[in-house]
Amino acid sequence: MSAEPRIGVYICHCGTNIAETVDVQGTAEFAQELDGVVISKDMMYACSGPSQQEIMEDIREQKLDRVVIAACTPRMHEPTFRDVMEQAGLNKYLLEFVNIREHDSWVHDDRDAATKKAKDLVSMGVARARLLRGYEEKEIPVGEEVLVLGGGISGVQAALELADAGYHVYIVEKEPFLGGAMAQLGLTYPTLDCSTCILAPKLSQVEHHPGIEILANATVESVEGYVGNFTVTVSQKARFVTDACTSCDKCTEVCPVTVPNEFDEGLSKRKAIYKTFPQAVPAAYAIDYDTCLNESNLLVCERCMEVCEPQAINFEMLRRTTRKLHIDTIIIATGAKPYDPRPIAEYGYGRYDNVITTLDIERIYAPTSPTGGDIIRPSDRATPKKIGYVQCVGSRKSNPELHQHPYCSRICCMISIKQALVFKSKIPDAQVTIYYMDIRSYGKGYEELYERARRAGVRFIRGLPGEIRENADKSLTFIGEDALLGEMYAERYDLAVLSVGLEAQVDSRDISTLLGVARDTDGFFIERHPKLEPVDAPTTGIFLAGTVAGPKDIRESSIQAKAAASRASQLMRRGVFRKEALTAEIIEERCTGCKICEEVCPYLAISVNGVAQVTEALCAGCGICAAACPEDAIDMRHYTDAQIMAQIDAALRERPSEKVIVFTSYWCSYSGADMAGTARIKHAPNARIIRLLCCGRVKPEFVLRALEKGAGGVLMAPCHPGECHYDKGDQQARTQYELLKDILREVGIDESRLALEGISAAEGKPFAGVINKLASKVTDWDPIPAEKLAMARQRLQEHKKDLQKVV
Amino acid sequence: MEFEISGDELVKKVEELSGQNIFSCYQCGICTGSCPFAAEMDLGPRRMIASLIEGRAEVLQSNTPWICASCFQCVVRCPNDIDIAAVSEALRQMTQRKGIDHIDLSHIPAEERKRIPQIAFVGNFRRMTR
Repeated sequence: MSAEPRIGVYICHCGTNIAETVDVQGTAEFAQELDGVVISKDMMYACSGPSQQEIMEDIREQKLDRVVIAACTPRMHEPTFRDVMEQAGLNKYLLEFVNIREHDSWVHDDRDAATKKAKDLVSMGVARARLLRGYEEKEIPVGEEVLVLGGGISGVQAALELADAGYHVYIVEKEPFLGGAMAQLGLTYPTLDCSTCILAPKLSQVEHHPGIEILANATVESVEGYVGNFTVTVSQKARFVTDACTSCDKCTEVCPVTVPNEFDEGLSKRKAIYKTFPQAVPAAYAIDYDTCLNESNLLVCERCMEVCEPQAINFEMLRRTTRKLHIDTIIIATGAKPYDPRPIAEYGYGRYDNVITTLDIERIYAPTSPTGGDIIRPSDRATPKKIGYVQCVGSRKSNPELHQHPYCSRICCMISIKQALVFKSKIPDAQVTIYYMDIRSYGKGYEELYERARRAGVRFIRGLPGEIRENADKSLTFIGEDALLGEMYAERYDLAVLSVGLEAQVDSRDISTLLGVARDTDGFFIERHPKLEPVDAPTTGIFLAGTVAGPKDIRESSIQAKAAASRASQLMRRGVFRKEALTAEIIEERCTGCKICEEVCPYLAISVNGVAQVTEALCAGCGICAAACPEDAIDMRHYTDAQIMAQIDAALRERPSEKVIVFTSYWCSYSGADMAGTARIKHAPNARIIRLLCCGRVKPEFVLRALEKGAGGVLMAPCHPGECHYDKGDQQARTQYELLKDILREVGIDESRLALEGISAAEGKPFAGVINKLASKVTDWDPIPAEKLAMARQRLQEHKKDLQKVV
Repeated sequence: MEFEISGDELVKKVEELSGQNIFSCYQCGICTGSCPFAAEMDLGPRRMIASLIEGRAEVLQSNTPWICASCFQCVVRCPNDIDIAAVSEALRQMTQRKGIDHIDLSHIPAEERKRIPQIAFVGNFRRMTR
């Protein structure tokens, strides 16, 4: 590459879309005079085949080494022209795309102002283009080893899908047996088929699949690395029973230790050697070492060994073994757990014998239940005739002190309706009443089941009980208001069932920390995009399946599991992952190893050993680290400090006081500005938009530079709080904003010259509104005295030093 | 029956006096179901809130806020943390505060003033004066 860049500029008319409001030819002539521009042309349709050819010929003949296209939004045609670059033998990162349609011609009526703006935007583009560098994209090999965390229905479905496609799968399950919550259920809605009957064949397939290795009784201790190169340490508790076990069950007859059976929700007892249900997988029994009488190297009880014909019991196994697995992709399917209603004192769960949960009911009527499927009530084992259900227990409540959750758990309505029908079929004269606030029967076949229950005589009463009282005969009285009739009720029931919701697993925080995948405020894992990337974790190579990402039923969990498997196999099938070169770059001689970058990185992509190091495969390029670094020791590839400064300078070359520099995030506010264009929402022509990947990239220096160059105002436009594409960029942007506000206030600069407004990708109107607001103010502001700005700079430097000291 | 206050004004005033967002109510019915005096009330707490959401000024004629003993049972159990007792209190205040002072301290004989408990003074002045 020659020392002086050779830039080609192409300004598109877009038919009349741009040319109607912008003097395209004049802009092209203007661009011709800019530093480094060798050739500047206007084109009727730059994206057309002949135009593309012309650009390619220019690149060859004029020996261009950079290209600036001023046309529509880069969302539309940046990929088109990147291809043109590559075809002409130039690196695609040497293209600069300037938006003069959505951000200019479509949102202004005044031709003169729109043309001035176009010229500014083009000169910003050329200034940036001068500093562009080409990058090779890193290719990361991705092998065929998958880790599925969690052996419930989601994990099982994902594992089978991938193993059938030819990949090698490890299922890590913390319990000794697979099956998760689904194994505990009796029937499944809306078809009322038996849960075990549909689950057991899946489990059996998993057990015998040559491509699947089950690590039961195991937990993940650490995860290091990135897609194609994860090192996962798994710690497995000994089972003390080998594969030779034939499930003859003689051991449980002689085992002297009896403990509450968690699989039956404590409604029955089990031995220290046990199996949860006959079809459980792995098929071998397991010994619960915590309750078994034997200690390491001390055998006090050998009863099970004595009766075991195949001699499958071996107490000499190591209590805990650790394995390191090399993994290419990871599927998180660790599930959720039912809400424990004990904190809701007025419903008496845990105090009144006959108040139980929907999950307890599942364990009572299931064919594998301790009663053999007969429904009895706990206090006297009598058959309940009058059963009352309370919906939304633990869900749709904002009482954090009772650990209740604001969200709808989605499954509880259908579970209660299903169980009501079970009661009706098992106890023909049973009367079931469901107290609810809203019934949500939204799925295929769900509404039909609801109707079936109504027709079968199940009563639905709108109005949750205020409380449940226990009577002397252990029956229960529900007291509340029938909201439809506006009458009070006080009705007696033999059995009360609390329809409990789902909540995040107790160890979801640990798993989130291990894998670097963030959780939402409810503790569920966050998807890369809630609608368009609903099974990808934000980190490449990690996927989510089932209730770990929020309450779901079996059908929805299966859908997500299969989708996650498909996404994982896509990466592995290609065998290589091409990483965009938009990553952080450490300037080592400036790095003091303060670790601030390590803390702010949402992707665990930075580790500090003396100096910071970036794991490029993990870096998403948000630039939060670069903005947070107190030593300016981090720069972002393709969005360098120098490039951004050059854009600011170019934007403010003339009449700077009229202009508002707008820092936008590509995923939200930049598109919000595009939306204003698409919807033709006219607004003041004062904005000069700088495209960043995330507003968290905005260094305080950028803002000060803009003010020093005389900018009327500066707007930071991140997403709304909590919606960041990079998880924490909006927080970073808001932190920098507050800091800058403080500094401006301290040195006596009108702080309202800097604004921050959350703009989502859909918010064209709010974007136009905020620009109008700022534009109306710029005329009121006087130039800022240089000494005040110098003081602001100084204050910023002091602040950065303080940061270092704190560390 | 005519009321001096429009639905919007009513809601605004209740929200201002009580500090509660009544629109977060799901109408689950737990409040009325928990109220020890619900059987005596014409509306009960749930319908009192529902009437307010609908902007019905008739709620000012309801006996519900007057029977409310501020026992806070509904407040404790409300899934959306609405302080229903505060809403009742707001309605009571609105009914009584008409810019007229119903009591004048000078009209109460000195002898009486000595005997009346302090809480009665506080309560009465709060409700019966502007």
